[in-house]
Order: sequence, then structure tokens, then C-alpha cells
Amino acid sequence: MSLITITEVRKSFGQNEVLKGINLDIEPGEVIAIIGKSGSGKSTLLRCVNGLETIDQGSIVVAGAQLAPDELHLRALRLKVGMIFQGFNLFPHLTAGRNVMLSPMVVKKVSAKEAEAEARVRLEQVGLGHKFDAYPDQLSGGQQQRVAIARALAMKPLALLCDEITSALDPELVNEVLAVVKALAEEGMTLLMVTHEMRFAREVCDRVVFMHQGRVHEIGPPEDVFAHPRTPELKQFLGVA
Amino acid sequence: MTAFSTWDIVSNLLLAARWTVLLSLLAFVGGGVVGLVVLYARIARRAWLRRAAGLYIELFQGTPLLMQLFLIFFGLPLLGLDVSPWAAAFVSLTLWSSAFLAEIWRGCVESIPKGQWEASSSLAMSFVEQLRYVILPQSMRIAVPPTVGFSVQVVKGTALTSIIGFVELSKAATIITNATFEPFTVYGFAALIYFALCWPLSKSSQILERKLNVAHHHH
Repeated sequence: MSLITITEVRKSFGQNEVLKGINLDIEPGEVIAIIGKSGSGKSTLLRCVNGLETIDQGSIVVAGAQLAPDELHLRALRLKVGMIFQGFNLFPHLTAGRNVMLSPMVVKKVSAKEAEAEARVRLEQVGLGHKFDAYPDQLSGGQQQRVAIARALAMKPLALLCDEITSALDPELVNEVLAVVKALAEEGMTLLMVTHEMRFAREVCDRVVFMHQGRVHEIGPPEDVFAHPRTPELKQFLGVA
Repeated sequence: MTAFSTWDIVSNLLLAARWTVLLSLLAFVGGGVVGLVVLYARIARRAWLRRAAGLYIELFQGTPLLMQLFLIFFGLPLLGLDVSPWAAAFVSLTLWSSAFLAEIWRGCVESIPKGQWEASSSLAMSFVEQLRYVILPQSMRIAVPPTVGFSVQVVKGTALTSIIGFVELSKAATIITNATFEPFTVYGFAALIYFALCWPLSKSSQILERKLNVAHHHH
């Protein structure tokens, strides 16, 4: 059974329809890359999956939790999917460790001791066990993004949404973040990522979704999508036209 | 006729200034508490709450404090509530400062980047949890200088309560003037006392602003 079911999702900003009926089923453990030009709706789709944007029509269900605009439904949904952002969005007034501890303590009422133990494990997992007491502004971009991943993982989500998580990084810092994501993929985490890292998408992903003008234009395993693009739009996007 | 020494004038003004300080403190604290509630309504998800808070703020910012004092001091007795000058002064200054503080703080909350709301949302925090653990701790840092700066307005605002008969610094100055016929000396000293109260506040607001800008962070 699918972990994430996206059915006929439509979304407009004013007159501009950015999602024109999206259907996508994601199996547990699947790693999916969404590619496409800016303005194709890929980030919006991702943001809909955990309710940062509302949808106008259709439905999104994650492991039985339905997207609905009220706080109760949103909370249930967000307990199942975590999200990593392009701009890291760490809480600047808290140390790396506290960033990771906060939500388990506040939302899940985990004790401080347990939350700290979990935070240390998660920071270790992203290679930053020694940065527990560092504030975000003392960390490099790559380190901040890894803390953000640890923070999301501490909530034990079933799936992670990654919204261009390496786009704000200096080139030499991209790989340390991608390595963490790759390790997650290998451990069986379900990942839905909007990315411009084509090589990474080809190596790590099970399926690639090419979005164009608010629709899923092509979808398939990376070997097919990258090696044998069927539509002129994808060919042009990949630069093989 | 008795002669009044300068010390007589100053010492009586200083005694009255105690009430100015007390009223300022109470109104500032009261205004802070009510202001937090108004702030919460002003940024709430529900549109009618936001509108109601907006109306409240416009009302108190858009009418003179003196009118608010009069309405409370003369209006409430019409409803059968007998209010002392003390109570009227406290209530109107509290409401008045709550409106200004709520608006100052709203600006501080809105200066926090949207990503902080989104990150805390994606971690399943509720609106109140986001405010309490993520947004307010960051906006408080920004809010300190303008809030301390506003306290100067509260101190000066207490002068108006002399009109409804509350004996604080300004009222005392008027009373002493009526006895000594030396308005320039008396009001001059009163002004000096106000200045001595307000100047350290506005100065510390400036210093805090510079400090928080430079340090910008915790460590």
C-alpha cells in the first residue's frame, strides 16, 4: 500500500493555477526526485504534502492522515512527514542540540533527558555529535542543513520532504549534505525531494518525476527518464534536445 | 503669608513624584499584560480576532489619552460604577499603553523570517507552541529597545491624570503654584523631575538597541 497518496490535486495562487491535477503514489521506502523548471509547481507540490500550502481540489493522504486545513489534521499529518528547507531555518536562539530536542519535548511531551539522548544520536547520525552546544550562526551552511535533517529525524517521521536542500549551499558543502541524504535512503527512509542535483537523482532515486506547467509530465526510473526522455520538454530541460 | 523655601517646593514635588512613578509602573505592567493578549489576537489565525484587535488598537491610538481618561472617569459612574481618580487613571493608562505595546510587538513578531514559522509548523507545533518556543523568544530580543522607549510615553502620560484630580507630580505642581505664586520655579522643578525619570529610560533604550544590534546573538 502507498505511504503517500496524492490524488487530482489542484492549487491556484489567484488566477494562476500552479498545480493542474497531480496524481502520485509513493511506496514506503521509495526515494523520489521531482525535477523541472522553476515555476513548474514542484516546490508547491512538496509544500502541499505537509500542509504549508492548502489545496483547492483533490486529496493528499499520508499513512492514513488526510490533509485538511484545521490544526488537528495538520498536526497528525506533520507527525508523519518531516520537511527540510532550502534556507535551513534552524532556530537561531537555540543550540544545535536544543533545535533537535525542542519539538519532541513540546509536541510529543518527551522528557528532557530522553530528548537529549535522542538528539545526541541524531546529531551523531549526521556527523555532528560534537556540535551539540554550537549555535546555528557558528556552523557552516552544510552543518546547519545537517542539523535541520537531525531535527526532522528526531520526530521519527515516516517520510521526509526535501525542498532544494542544497541550493543555498556553497558547492564544496553540497556533498556532505547529499551523503547524509543518501545514507537515509539506504536505510529505507521514504524521501520526496525537489532537487537540481541530477547526478544525485540518477544515483539515488527510485523514480524521477518531471513536472512541467503544473502537471506530472514524465515519470519513471532514472535510467529511463534521463537516458530516454520521451517529450520535447524534458529533452529541452535535460539539454539533450 | 508663609514664605516657601526652594526646599519646601522641591521636597513636596518629590513626594508627589512617588505617585507618578507608582502609576507609571502599574500602568506599564498592566499595559504589558493586556498588550500581550491584544498581540495574540492581532496575529491570531481567526480573521475576526485580528479585526477586533485591530479596531481596539485604532481606537486607543486614534483618540487622545485625555478623552479616554474622561470617558472612563465620567462614563463609568453613569453605568453605576463609582471610580476613584486612582482607578480611572490606572485603567485608562493600562488600556492606552496596551494598544501601543501590542502594535510595537506585532512589528517585532512580523520581523521574524517566515521560515521560522514554516520550520516549526513542519515539526507539528501548534500556533501557541510556535509563538511560545520559537517566535516570541526571538522577537523579545528585538522588542526590548522600543518597549523601554515607550515607557517614557507612559511616564509623561501620567501627567494628564492630574486633570481628573489624581495628585501626582503635575497636580502637586499646580497646587504648590497656587500657594506660592511662583509658577516658573515650581513647573521648572517639576519638569526637571520628569526629565530625571525619563532620560535614563530613553538613554537605556538607546544603549540596549546598540548592544542588541552588535551582539545580535546569545554568546
